[in-house]
This record gives sequence, structure tokens and C-alpha cells, in this order.
Amino acid sequence: MNVAAIENDFQQKIDKDLFIEPKDAMPDKYREHLIRQISQHAHSEVIGMQPEGNWINRAPSLRAKQILLAKIQDEAGHGLYLYSAAETLNISREELIAQLHSGKAKYSNIFNYPALTWADIGAIGWLVDGAAIVNQVSLQRTSYGPYARAMFRICKEESFHQRQGYEIMAHMMNGTAEQKEMAQDAMNRWWWPSLMMFGPHDSDSPNSGNAFKWKIKRKGNDELRQKFIDKTVQQAEVIGLTVPDPDLKWNDEKQCYDYGEIDWDEFNKVISGNGPCNKQRINHHIKYHNEGAWVREAALAYSQKIQPNAI
Amino acid sequence: MTNQSDLFKYLLHLGDNALIHSYRLSELCSRGPFLEEDLALTNIALDQIGRASSFLKYAGEIEGKGRTEDDLAYKRGERQFYNHLITELPNGDFAYTIAKQLILSTYDVLLFTELSNSKDETIAGISSKVLKEVRYHFVHARDWCYRLGLGTELSHTKLQNAINEIWMFTGELFESDETYNDLYSKGIAVNTNSLKAKWLENITEVLTKSEINIPNVDYMQSGGKQGIHTEYLGHLLTEMQYLQRAYPNAKW
Amino acid sequence: MDTQLDLWEVFIQSKIGAHHVHAGSVHASDAQMALQNARDTYTRRNEGSSIWVVPSKFVVASTTNDAEMFFEPANDKIYRHPTFYVMPEGAKQI
Repeated sequence: MNVAAIENDFQQKIDKDLFIEPKDAMPDKYREHLIRQISQHAHSEVIGMQPEGNWINRAPSLRAKQILLAKIQDEAGHGLYLYSAAETLNISREELIAQLHSGKAKYSNIFNYPALTWADIGAIGWLVDGAAIVNQVSLQRTSYGPYARAMFRICKEESFHQRQGYEIMAHMMNGTAEQKEMAQDAMNRWWWPSLMMFGPHDSDSPNSGNAFKWKIKRKGNDELRQKFIDKTVQQAEVIGLTVPDPDLKWNDEKQCYDYGEIDWDEFNKVISGNGPCNKQRINHHIKYHNEGAWVREAALAYSQKIQPNAI
Repeated sequence: MTNQSDLFKYLLHLGDNALIHSYRLSELCSRGPFLEEDLALTNIALDQIGRASSFLKYAGEIEGKGRTEDDLAYKRGERQFYNHLITELPNGDFAYTIAKQLILSTYDVLLFTELSNSKDETIAGISSKVLKEVRYHFVHARDWCYRLGLGTELSHTKLQNAINEIWMFTGELFESDETYNDLYSKGIAVNTNSLKAKWLENITEVLTKSEINIPNVDYMQSGGKQGIHTEYLGHLLTEMQYLQRAYPNAKW
Repeated sequence: MDTQLDLWEVFIQSKIGAHHVHAGSVHASDAQMALQNARDTYTRRNEGSSIWVVPSKFVVASTTNDAEMFFEPANDKIYRHPTFYVMPEGAKQI
């Protein structure tokens, strides 16, 4: 088949809401778009382990420590599912990691902010995971089968993440004056970056044309952001937290919240590498990946010794 | 009648070993040699936190002063911790982690096999659950010993160095403690001195197969069971207990 | 040097007697490690009673382009299904 026929055939499948599977013919641009998006998603899960990992051994109770560790472990697992989905597109995890290290591949901006107090662990679970889940739920219907299946498993497992974060916040808002202050401070610092997680306004989003046509993306940035805001504001009110947005108010006509303008200069500053933790996060990943090389080499050498002809 | 304060201290010993060990394993989260191994080490850490929680909770009940497992984990000082020194040693490279895991999981399998028959029903109950976990920890450590021992020259050297460095902390595991004579004779606690020969046999089998030599060590370190620790423990507790100490009136 | 470990496909049996169902994949350098990594990755929430691991390179897959010739010829073979047959009224346990 020629390229036009392949693309035509492919688009017909997409329009019929059929999933695309690894061995199916697909346009190169579709493959490239998927690799970029899935790997960015995978890297985000893995880099996202760091800000929370910063608090595992300072968790204030054994229960809190177990929950946090299990949650971070889930993130490692989710990174792994997503790398696996990307690997079905004929690119190795090693290559994907090399792209992360060289800066060619990105990860979510949100993890370039520091987790300063225990309340940040609450805010990350509640706001950051909360925002991520809104996006991930919509991706369960993405057109590439392995990506959709990974998303399905991830959504199933992540349902506890947001709850544990909200529980921490609720607990602190019920606690001493210092705890309340800590919780509100975390809210103030994480609210806006969480809204930025949905990306630029659709009108300013350069790559989304094909993403919609190919049904990789099913919903627009602004629609998802609005959904997140509408459900989160109520949760904040219940536990007595103030949303740090003076322009936030209920719009009775549209039946949703109006909100203030996001600071896109800040967004662009962090995305271009100048956030508070960009260097720290990537250096951490490079360091431990490189330190693990001799372990991986040893494992490979051993497998050659015990079963040289097996695989 | 069992001396409750001896039993209390023995339970702290069992709980502290898991608590401090889990701390070091938790530090490895996001630092594994590859993603799958990161998940594996975290699973082991989670088992250890669960074990610490069970033994410390029971310790609090035996003490009878209303202290919870969290009170015991977060509000005791260095001299009131009774874990083995080996559990508090700072992490080294991956070979160091595996050497430590092999030594401790080989020990744990023997210990919890015995303790699951303890005359104290609660200890027996916790221990039968723990036994299933530590059997897996052993298999994980054993297989990695083979891979590192027989893998490359570099991995072999690193594993041998790790075993050499840590070996002087193994003696303490098998010291009998006369404080517990009564608990031993009643079949509540285990005199680990009786496990030493079997431990050495089991670990020798793995190390020999991995082409790793058992080092000659003139002197074994000890003190953990009496609350005399390495300098590392104080720093560890400073971090672990930070929130509880800084905000003593807060509940989390 | 490329230090990536091999890719393995993981199949989990959710309870004894059930089919093993594909769960995802893991990297591992030998079969024992593949089993253990599959356990640590895919059975964290009690999902499993048994695990199979298979090197991914040995999986052969049909493609959706083959689907027409592979699967559609079975569509009209309705005589393979019990509901195709008309039973005399009154006959029991058939």
C-alpha cells in the first residue's frame, strides 16, 4: 500500500473508534506523536517520585509512611507500564531515558517545584494527582491500544492517591494553628502549578490538531482544567482551605467557576528549564541511572553464563 | 509469670530491627538500578514497616501505659532503641544492599520459623505472616548474589567488598542475651545463638555458589541490643522523628 | 554500552482455575528475575495466584489488516452454536 492508502485506511479505523495495535500500519507522525506523549507521561511518573520521596523518612506516623511509600511505588509502576506501552512503538526504554537525559523528552513541569513541608505531600496527592487523574480518565479512550490499557490500569490504581492527599489536608485543617497555616501555605503554592498541568489554552496549543484527529487526545486542555477546578473548589471549602485566586467565582449562567488568568510567563520559565528544581530532578535521575549501569551489566553477563543459548 | 518488662524490651528489639531496616530501604526509593528493582526494594521496605508496626503495637500493649506503635517509633531516644547495628548502617552501592539483604533475610527466615511456634500467641501470629515475607526477601537476595557474584569482574569485586565490610556486624545477630533467659526457657523468645550454625551453613551455600569468600574477621561489633549504637542511628532518628518532635502537640 | 535488560510479557492468573491473562511487560535479564519483577510489579494488590512470563520476542501477533481473512469466515458458521438447533417441544435436559 502507498502512504496515502495507509493513511486513509488508518483514519477510517480511527473514525470508527477502533483501537490501533502495535503491528498495525500507522502514519509515522502518529507514531512520533505517541512516543513523545507516552514517554513524557512515563518520565513524569518517574521524576514525580522525587518530590514525594523527599518525605518518606520524615512521614509523621508509620501509617503515613506506608501509604506514601506505596503511592510512590505505584508511580514507579505506572512509569513502567507507560514505558512498556511506548516500547511497543519500536523504541527501547534505554533510548527513551537517553532522550530524557538529553532534554529532548520532557516531563511534567509540576515536578520542578519543591516539596517543602509535610502539607506539600497532602497538596501533591490532592491537587497534582487530582489534576493528573482528570487527564488520565479521558486518556482511557485514547486510540492507541497499549496506551489506553496502561491508562486503564493506572486509573484503577490511582484512585487512592488523591484521597490520601485530601485526607492529609483534612487532618491538618483539623489540627493546630501551625498545621492549618502549613496546609494553607501548601495550597497557595500548589494551586496555580496544578492548573498549569493541563497545558496552554487550546487556542495557544500548537500540537493538538493531529492529536484530536487521531483521537490520541479526546478532550481539550481548557475543558479538563475546568472540570478539575469545579470539583476541587468544593473540596477545598469542605475542609476550610481558601483557593488563592481572588477572581474565582461561581458563574450561574455557565454552571461552572470563572477563574483568574494563569501566569504563563511563570509556566514558560519553568518549562524552559529555569524552575526551582529542574536541574536537581534531572541530575538525580542521571546519577542513579548511571550508577545502576554496572548492576544491569552484571545481570546481563550472568544470564549469558547460565543460559547462553536460551534467548 | 513472665516478666512483662523483658517481653516489652524483646518486642522493641523485634520491632526496631524492622523499623530501622525499613528506613534504609526506603531511602533507596527512586535510586534503584532500574525501575523494576526499585519496585522490588520498595516492596521489601513495605513488608518491614508492616512488621515494625505489628511488633511495636504489641509492645505498647504489653507495656500497658497506653503508648501506641507511633509513640514508640517516634518518641524514643537513641539509647532506647534495641535494633542490630547492621540495620542502621548507611546504604552503600547496590552490592552493599544485596549483601545486607542476604545476611538479614537468611537470619530472618530461621528466626521467624522458630518464632511462629512461640508460646506467645501474638508473637506466633505475627511471625507466621512475617515468615512468608522473609522467604521472598531471601530468594530475592540470593538470586541477586548469584548475578553479582558470577556476573562481571566488577560486580564480583563489589559484592566481595561489601561482604567483607559488613561481616563484622553479623556476630551480634547470634549473641544470646541473659536478660531473656526466662523468655527463652518459656519458649516465648528464641535464643538466636542456636541459629548460628544453620545460618552459616545456609549463607555459605549461597556465597560459595556466587564464588564469594567468607572473610576472616577478628572482632565482631555489638551493642545494639543494649542500646549502644553507631553514630548513624542518631542522625537517622533526627530525620525520622522530626515532625513528631517539632510539633509535639500535633496529630497527623 | 546498551545495558537494557530483555523485555518479557507477563500473564497473571487472578485465581486458581482461571485463565492467565496478559497484564503487561517487564524488563529482566533471566527467567527468575522476570518472574520476581512481574510479581513485584503486577501483583501488588493481590491480583494474582500464578504468573507466566514469556520473552516478548517469542510472541507472534496477527494484525488488524489480517483480521478480515482470519476472523470473518467464522461469522456465518452459526451451526457451531447450540442455539442454531431447534429442539422438539417437551424434550428436557438437552
